[in-house]
Amino acid sequence: MRPPLFRLAGITKSFGATRALAGVSFEVAAGEVRALVGENGAGKSTLLSILAGAHRADAGSMELAGAPFAPNSPRDARRRGVAMIHQELAIAPDLSLAENIALGSEASRWGVLNRDAIRGRARESLARLSDEVLDVDRPAREFSLSVQQQVEIARALSSDARVLVLDEPTSSLGPADAERLFRALRALAGRGLAVVVVTHFLEELPRFADSFTVLRDGAVVAEGPISEASPERLVRAMSGRSLEMFFPRVPHTAGEELLAVEEPCGSSATDAPGISLSVRRGEILGLAGLVGAGRSEFLRRVFGLDPPGAGRVRVGGRELTRRHPRESIARGLGLLSEDRKTEGLAQGLSLEDNLTLSALEPYARWGWLSLRRRREAAGAWLARLACKPADPRARVAELSGGNQQKVAFARLLHQGAQVLLLDEPTRGVDVATKAEIYQAIGEEAARGKAVVMASSHFPELLHVCDRIAVFQRGRLRAVAPASQWSESSLLAAASGVAP
Amino acid sequence: MRRSLQSLFQASAPLVGLALILCLCAVYGHFYKPEASFFSAHRLALIAKQTAIVGTGALGMTAVVAAGGIDLSVGALLALTSVTLAQALAAGWSAPMALLATFAVGTLAGALNGALVTRLKLAPFIVTLGTMLFFRGLAETLADERKIAAEAPPWLAGLLDPPLAGSLQLFPAGVWLILILGFLLSLVLRRTVFGRQVFAIGSSEPTARLCGVAVLRRKVEVYALCGAFLSLAGVLEFDNLNGQGSPTSGIGAELGIIAAVVIGGGSLSGGRGSVLGSLAGALMITTLAAGCAYAEISEPVQKIVTGAIIVAAVALDRTRTGRGT
Repeated sequence: MRPPLFRLAGITKSFGATRALAGVSFEVAAGEVRALVGENGAGKSTLLSILAGAHRADAGSMELAGAPFAPNSPRDARRRGVAMIHQELAIAPDLSLAENIALGSEASRWGVLNRDAIRGRARESLARLSDEVLDVDRPAREFSLSVQQQVEIARALSSDARVLVLDEPTSSLGPADAERLFRALRALAGRGLAVVVVTHFLEELPRFADSFTVLRDGAVVAEGPISEASPERLVRAMSGRSLEMFFPRVPHTAGEELLAVEEPCGSSATDAPGISLSVRRGEILGLAGLVGAGRSEFLRRVFGLDPPGAGRVRVGGRELTRRHPRESIARGLGLLSEDRKTEGLAQGLSLEDNLTLSALEPYARWGWLSLRRRREAAGAWLARLACKPADPRARVAELSGGNQQKVAFARLLHQGAQVLLLDEPTRGVDVATKAEIYQAIGEEAARGKAVVMASSHFPELLHVCDRIAVFQRGRLRAVAPASQWSESSLLAAASGVAP
Repeated sequence: MRRSLQSLFQASAPLVGLALILCLCAVYGHFYKPEASFFSAHRLALIAKQTAIVGTGALGMTAVVAAGGIDLSVGALLALTSVTLAQALAAGWSAPMALLATFAVGTLAGALNGALVTRLKLAPFIVTLGTMLFFRGLAETLADERKIAAEAPPWLAGLLDPPLAGSLQLFPAGVWLILILGFLLSLVLRRTVFGRQVFAIGSSEPTARLCGVAVLRRKVEVYALCGAFLSLAGVLEFDNLNGQGSPTSGIGAELGIIAAVVIGGGSLSGGRGSVLGSLAGALMITTLAAGCAYAEISEPVQKIVTGAIIVAAVALDRTRTGRGT
């Protein structure tokens, strides 16, 4: 066994009362590619941010080539040889490939760039990744995402990284580009780098990894050589737990069909085969999938926020014709955005402005608002959802994430939506508020509303929904009653492992 | 209660600055110019005139800034509308018809800004930088590159004339007009569907879209509204030049107008802006200029002082409210 180049021992990290990591240990040898897998919320992102120096561990230690490694910033981590490639690439689109690779460590003399040295170093680093010859003088924006990713890896190489950490590197790559990346990773390992890859796509593991580590609830629950990593074992390890969370259940019964969506083949950018879904009154349909599986995009197309393509949407049997949020709202649809901060709510405005923005007509006569009536109505909605503070004049930015989500949810109810399209309704929300939101969703179903709820958190889908549809890479893989799904079967379908 | 006090305090920040400037002028006058007080009828009339023009522009700009936009073409619009009025009157149109034409030109020019911003999906800074030259050129063409003198009936020509001595009118009619319009605009922005949607767009355009707001139409309307206010400013400028329309009017005025809005609490990243604040900002800027002239501060130094005060006023406001521009 080769001696480890990079070693983590007992890494522990808590945020407030939540323990994100509870004593994580693993090691990577020079020349080894280790896959790090786990469900959303298992602690992968926290672990990565500690490796990269963005956060400090509460306890535990890290060693790089036998010496203690405790970076105090991402820059420090990179300087000492640990480079991180994030899911969102850090590329300056208007700079050339060579300039991008040199970014932050430009060869210069007295502030004047040494262009030849920059080009040379760029070509050299890129050559270590693939045989393809690229014109390093052309701006990065002219190249594919895959090339831009290679540029970012090359940047790490040119700053003499010894450990390379990649977060979900294949989530936005096609199969051919993913294959190219795997070859590059193998080549790097061949040159003695230690590589850690976080991924959701279990079926890819054997193609690039030597070993695997499974995280669950902030701890390592399985690890070993890749030959022992059967998809079944990984899925069991990732999901096998009893959830102690409290899911209030409000009895509700399904009535007539309220929303029906038909999207023919190739209607979306991902060239997906047809998606056909319907939801009945008093029914909660869950949309499961991994990050980037196309659930949000589906909801946004239905609501008319993104171009709907050739898809057709019927609400109560009547087809939507204009496919614009205004029409959707008028016809009883409501969308809760997954991005609360920049889209879901106008942070600088008051609660009453945010709550009533989608339906001001009830308070208006000839366009003039009755501010008093509006304030009373907003106050009543905030009180009904137990929002704190319940002062309609408070600004959204003053509220906690959970209370902000209540405001966003209240807006849908206020506008009289009969079909609630909820995109990650409990993201960034504390546990107590989560339970309140599940309760509210159940109550609305009991009032005869149709609910579609996209979530990356399988336990909540299993407990809250009546039926669950699984998306994978833009496609609808399967739909079945929630009782027929388990966490492992959902994960398997969402990762593309199951039949 | 706390919130309404807060908003009053916010709007009054430029008023505090104004009071400070007035105090300085009074003190200066007491020691160095005991023979000529700063508060002479003539000087106050001059300040009223200048504030009326900048303030009218600032009203329109307040709506644009609240919606998250900016309009650099307002100075050129001022020239274009005042020349339009002068040419129409000179061509023998009746005063109401000439006024109608002036407002049509201003509103359409504003709508053009809005249409370019929304249809071409360009940054308003760039679009209005272009139309600033475009409108200026149009004004020069229309006026044949000279000043156009025209006869106007007294009710139109005398909007900025000081009230008769001893009357209870106190300010020129134009100033009253602006106060009334400012009050109306403030109502429109605070308590109409249109106004709340404008603030929503400025605060977060994706949220407005999500909520079904007709974002593009609202933006065009806001720029058109700004153009309409600039038409009125053009009329006042015509009066200010004693019945002349000049194609060189308002060069650089856009900066004073934007400064007034920003000093008054408007945020160039949108979602914030107050009518009362903008008017107070306009008053502060013109008083500052008058004060410098009174203290016989040379023009270059005056520019340095004005620039420094604009930045200081906004920086002070931001540290106080804890928000960026």
